[in-house]
Amino acid sequence: MSETMPREPRGGGERSGLRFSAWNLLLLVPLLMLVTPWFNKKDPTFLGMPFFYWIQFVWVFIGVISVAIVFRMTRDEPVSHGPDNLGLDDLDERDVR
Amino acid sequence: MIDWLELTVFLVLFLLVTVMGFMAARWQRGGDLAHLDEWGLGGRKFGSWITWFLVGGDLYTAYTFVAVPALLFSSGALGFYALPYTVVLYPLVFLPVLRLWSVSRVHGYVTPADFVRGRYGSSLLALIVAVTGIVATMPYIALQLVGLEAVLRTMGINASGFLGHLPLLIAFVILALYTYQSGLRAPALIAFVKDILIYIVILVAVFYLPAKLGGWSEIFSAAEQKMAQPSATSGGKPQGSILLTANNQLQYITLALGSALALFLYPHSLTGVLASRGRNVLKRNMVALPAYSFLLGLLALLGYVAIAAGVKPITNNATGRPDTNTIIPALFDSQFGSLFAGIAFAAIGIGALVPAAIMSIAAANLWTRNIYKEYLHKGATPGQEARQAKLASLVVKFGAVAFILFVDPQFSIDLQLIGGVIILQTLPSVAIALYTRWLHRWALVAGWVVGMGYGMYLLYLIPNPANGKAHFGGSALTLDKLTVFGWHPFAGSTVQIYVGFVALVVNLLVAVIVSAVLQAGKVSNGADQTHPADYHADEDSPRLKPVADAVAGTPGAKVVPSD
Repeated sequence: MSETMPREPRGGGERSGLRFSAWNLLLLVPLLMLVTPWFNKKDPTFLGMPFFYWIQFVWVFIGVISVAIVFRMTRDEPVSHGPDNLGLDDLDERDVR
Repeated sequence: MIDWLELTVFLVLFLLVTVMGFMAARWQRGGDLAHLDEWGLGGRKFGSWITWFLVGGDLYTAYTFVAVPALLFSSGALGFYALPYTVVLYPLVFLPVLRLWSVSRVHGYVTPADFVRGRYGSSLLALIVAVTGIVATMPYIALQLVGLEAVLRTMGINASGFLGHLPLLIAFVILALYTYQSGLRAPALIAFVKDILIYIVILVAVFYLPAKLGGWSEIFSAAEQKMAQPSATSGGKPQGSILLTANNQLQYITLALGSALALFLYPHSLTGVLASRGRNVLKRNMVALPAYSFLLGLLALLGYVAIAAGVKPITNNATGRPDTNTIIPALFDSQFGSLFAGIAFAAIGIGALVPAAIMSIAAANLWTRNIYKEYLHKGATPGQEARQAKLASLVVKFGAVAFILFVDPQFSIDLQLIGGVIILQTLPSVAIALYTRWLHRWALVAGWVVGMGYGMYLLYLIPNPANGKAHFGGSALTLDKLTVFGWHPFAGSTVQIYVGFVALVVNLLVAVIVSAVLQAGKVSNGADQTHPADYHADEDSPRLKPVADAVAGTPGAKVVPSD
């Protein structure tokens, strides 16, 4: 079916099946959290919480930042509708496009 | 003892979501509910906020809220695996999920098995993926009932025998009816209430309770003391530890990684993904969903708070044994006033309904698309498909209720552990196939058979000292027991590992070896319906298959000839 499909008029022409960006490597950073010997200890404590617990909460933010950077840096596809921010208008599917 | 104020608050909130569930049929109505795109995927047009609530409500279930703290309560640090699990989850699935959304949107796929069917032209492989999905989902639904029941029993509705299950049955009949009526829109709308309640309850709990009990250091030292003591079943050894031990460190890592790999293979997770409007909605959600992970980590620590508060699990009058799953409800019951405890219980109870609805819809979609339409009624119209799916969702839910009525809840927890092992075996056919067709379709079948068989065998070898069972006692395998045709490569080791991870490695090894052989023999690998550009198509692409029966003028209704 795809042979006769109209192609999207985008700069750069045909997009290949596998696109790779070096930014994607950042997605591997949160996996370092799985190296438990690094943080399997009690000290230093924070607010009375052993290191093992509070440092894993810090990793939540490292995970979010990694994904957010990849999202920002690989956004090569312009989207047709208006502002791309998180807005309450997303709740309304009839938002102006 | 029934606390009437508590029960009233619970019932009022439950009634509110029931009304919302029925009203949802008219919410954001795009086209005819007599089509799977509408009933089963909410019209494929959910924006960022709805997707956040829906997927969040779907992945972080009542059972998670009840069982993860219970695990910390009983065995310590190992239970905290839930946090790394949900942290590595989003970076891992970020790219594959986008590819799956695009290819599914272009070809109108409703289930992961639909994609496998299109990618390999193999209805057998699709059937295997579909059946695996249904089998893994059923005990998961049953577990939501376990969560709901834990709440009901804590509120004092703790009768023995059939009567004890009656409130649960009523709640599920109501759920079944509005899911039948409104499809995916019902849980999507209710998820708002559920998640807002959950956020309020957890935030209050993690700030108020430590302050009341003398701070986190008090809580952790109480937990450390309890963990150091031997329990009735630990054979004189400490019952747990607030840090990982040499034996469970590998289990912690593989369980976190294995669970992260498994989560988006579950059909219900993909239902939430496919219902979203576009790639940017998903990307934003991959950044925003970890807010729930943070919450889950805090919630997990309530297991230690319960130790410090001296809470004891409530005895389930149906089985006559103390049920550690009641530890969080019991904590709320003892530490909060009736009004707030009622809100907390409603949060957990409604938290059971949302995923149960999505799971039953996902299982119904699999049944309809990959079994009914493929084997039983090839020429089914979209209307017949939707009717079949609605009926199937009822069957699935009552199957789960029957589970709870006739089977010990402990057994469904074991089944859930097995479920993770089972669903991981579809990773090569679904996730790897998103990138390459190098793995041959028959090699995928072979890998699945061997991985599944080996995984089940290893699970069979695991005893559970807590209830004296010799088999299927959990998913932590002692390396000593790992056998390869009678050979024990790690004999004498007491280190534990997650069975699902071992089975997946074996599955992949078999798939790679058999693929190499079949390719050398030039065996046909089936026809690929997809095109490389399909995997990048976004919401504005002319490649997209129109959402059928949508009213012109609403998003997703762009009428483009698809063939």
